[in-house]
Amino acid sequence: MKRGISEVSHNLWPVASDAPSGAPGRAGPRRDGCGSGGAGSTSRELPFAGSDSEKASGPSPERIEHLERLALVDFRNREGVARLQAAIEFAGQLRAVDTDGVAPMASVLEDRCLYLRADDVVEGSCAEALLQNSQQTVEEYFVPPPGNITLPKQSEQGPVPKS
Amino acid sequence: MAAPILRCARPGRCWSLDYRPRRSRALFAEPVPGRVRGQSSAAAQEPRPGAHEWAAVVGLEIHAQISSNSKLFSGSQVTFLAPPNSLVSFFDASLPGTLPVLNRRCVEAAVMTGLALNCTVNKKSLFDRKHYFYADLPAGYQITQQRLPIAVNGSLTYSLGVGAQWSPSATKTVRIKQIQLEQDSGKSLHDDTRSQTLIDLNRAEGQLRVDANVSVHHPGEPLGVRTEVKNLNSIRFLAKAIDYEIQRQIEELQNGGKILNETRAFDEKLGCTVSMRDKEGKQDYRFMPEPNLPPLILYDAESLPVAADPQQVVNIDWIRERLPELPSVTRGRLVEQYGILPEHSFVLLNEDGLLEFFQTVMKETRAEPKKVIGWILTIFLGYLKQRNLAVSESPLSPSSLAELLNLLDSKVISLPAAKQVFEELWQNQGKTPGQIIREKKLELLQNQEELEEICQAVLAKHPQQVMAVKNGNQKVVNKLIGIVRRATGGRADPGRIKQILEKQLQ
Repeated sequence: MKRGISEVSHNLWPVASDAPSGAPGRAGPRRDGCGSGGAGSTSRELPFAGSDSEKASGPSPERIEHLERLALVDFRNREGVARLQAAIEFAGQLRAVDTDGVAPMASVLEDRCLYLRADDVVEGSCAEALLQNSQQTVEEYFVPPPGNITLPKQSEQGPVPKS
Repeated sequence: MAAPILRCARPGRCWSLDYRPRRSRALFAEPVPGRVRGQSSAAAQEPRPGAHEWAAVVGLEIHAQISSNSKLFSGSQVTFLAPPNSLVSFFDASLPGTLPVLNRRCVEAAVMTGLALNCTVNKKSLFDRKHYFYADLPAGYQITQQRLPIAVNGSLTYSLGVGAQWSPSATKTVRIKQIQLEQDSGKSLHDDTRSQTLIDLNRAEGQLRVDANVSVHHPGEPLGVRTEVKNLNSIRFLAKAIDYEIQRQIEELQNGGKILNETRAFDEKLGCTVSMRDKEGKQDYRFMPEPNLPPLILYDAESLPVAADPQQVVNIDWIRERLPELPSVTRGRLVEQYGILPEHSFVLLNEDGLLEFFQTVMKETRAEPKKVIGWILTIFLGYLKQRNLAVSESPLSPSSLAELLNLLDSKVISLPAAKQVFEELWQNQGKTPGQIIREKKLELLQNQEELEEICQAVLAKHPQQVMAVKNGNQKVVNKLIGIVRRATGGRADPGRIKQILEKQLQ
């Protein structure tokens, strides 16, 4: 049975196990020039767990499509995908920090007190105001657009931008 | 949206959650040594001769709504039957700029549940976002506790019933993997005529929902791929769905197929599970820490900060002291205090209000607990069930029953007469047992002289039987007793009749 944080094995964040051998205990930057951005260079490795070709030349078309479905975003064109790659590289800078033996923070708020509210009813009764936000309503119900539409398959779209 | 719910994940053993059993069954599967057993009328349970034995592993995800006035993260009311979206606050509608604010009562409820289920309560627990897109989840994510929930590693011990009788023939323990606080989604109604969905963000339906995770494997080998069966809205269907899914997986694998890690629904009419998988592939919830909520810190007597605001601090020890008596403890106490059988204690606790009823009767009667229990569990409960009534709807008060049992105990009436009085009391015409007895002349004939006279009269009328007895035929005595009883209109104790007759026959 699968355990762990994400149910999916792919993980865009750099993983400690990816540290190059021969550099024990210190996960240094995996390529020269952090945050250099740009796409297309085959000499550097992108800092995420993917196939070898992805490490070389960025997320595959299948990966892009998968991301688009997950997050319901549309990378749309070469420029969008390039921005994605730049984001990945930017995040790669995290690997410059040696975090061995350091517990990750839960959030930047973690030393604050979590405020506990008393179990009183103090809100609600604003259906009219809320329903006004919706394009379509039926008798005090929200009517959403038809949900979870299957996105058009890759072949049905225009040519997929390749990095 | 966002009514507060507790989610318990129970891996490993298969069981059915049953909190009001009338005829209880517990479904179980033992991973070792081998045979899958279940109460199912589906395809043959016996594996082919020579085939490996199969073991099933079932995990239940139980979503239970917390009993609170307001929601987990907002101050909106939690209640049934409110007009759609009338209870929704800006946060529940996921308007930008709104933030979750944790309800203290929900934290206490989670701690109490964790303690009752023998869990380790985590003094520090974290909130996460679980992302998926659905119309009844306007934020696009649900706040839950995936990484570090509020309680872990508990257990629940329960007993199995056999057939219709609740006689605990075996005790089983199931592991509780974790208990976590999480938001509930809204409610969606499908309007098929207009092919649209209607969303009500008050809260989702049902105070209790269960999803079952099922996999099969050969004992000794690694666990198999699991499927998740959702949309189970009754205990009966839960059991059927699990039964079916176990069989389906075994057959699939035996035929050389593979089990997909997918979500399935249970078709109640067909009695089978069907794949719910959409074409988009596996769901990825992209868990991330909830940035708007710091870690939830709980304290105990030792760690309690000195100058703490009591409103802002949840003390595990304080909650532990206030745990109500747990059912297993209550049952043990009842058995010891009243000398009743363990199975009786189960029934007393499993029927709302029955324990209180029994205890009230016990307070007001001299009758033996064993006799009282008999009346309560067979006669009283039988009457309730036949008429589909709850204990609270009983036309008979515990005091009336106590009075009746006292009269029976002091032999004012016979057992058959008592049952007759019970029937009358059930009509609830405001009469006391005493009144009914007098009106219907049900008192036992106590007067020795009167009894002797009647016996004499009967003997006089049946000379042949008298001769038979004097010649040694004892069976005829019973016949004579019967005749005397009829002559008294059922109001004489057979034992006394026998005594008198035997004396008179000498």
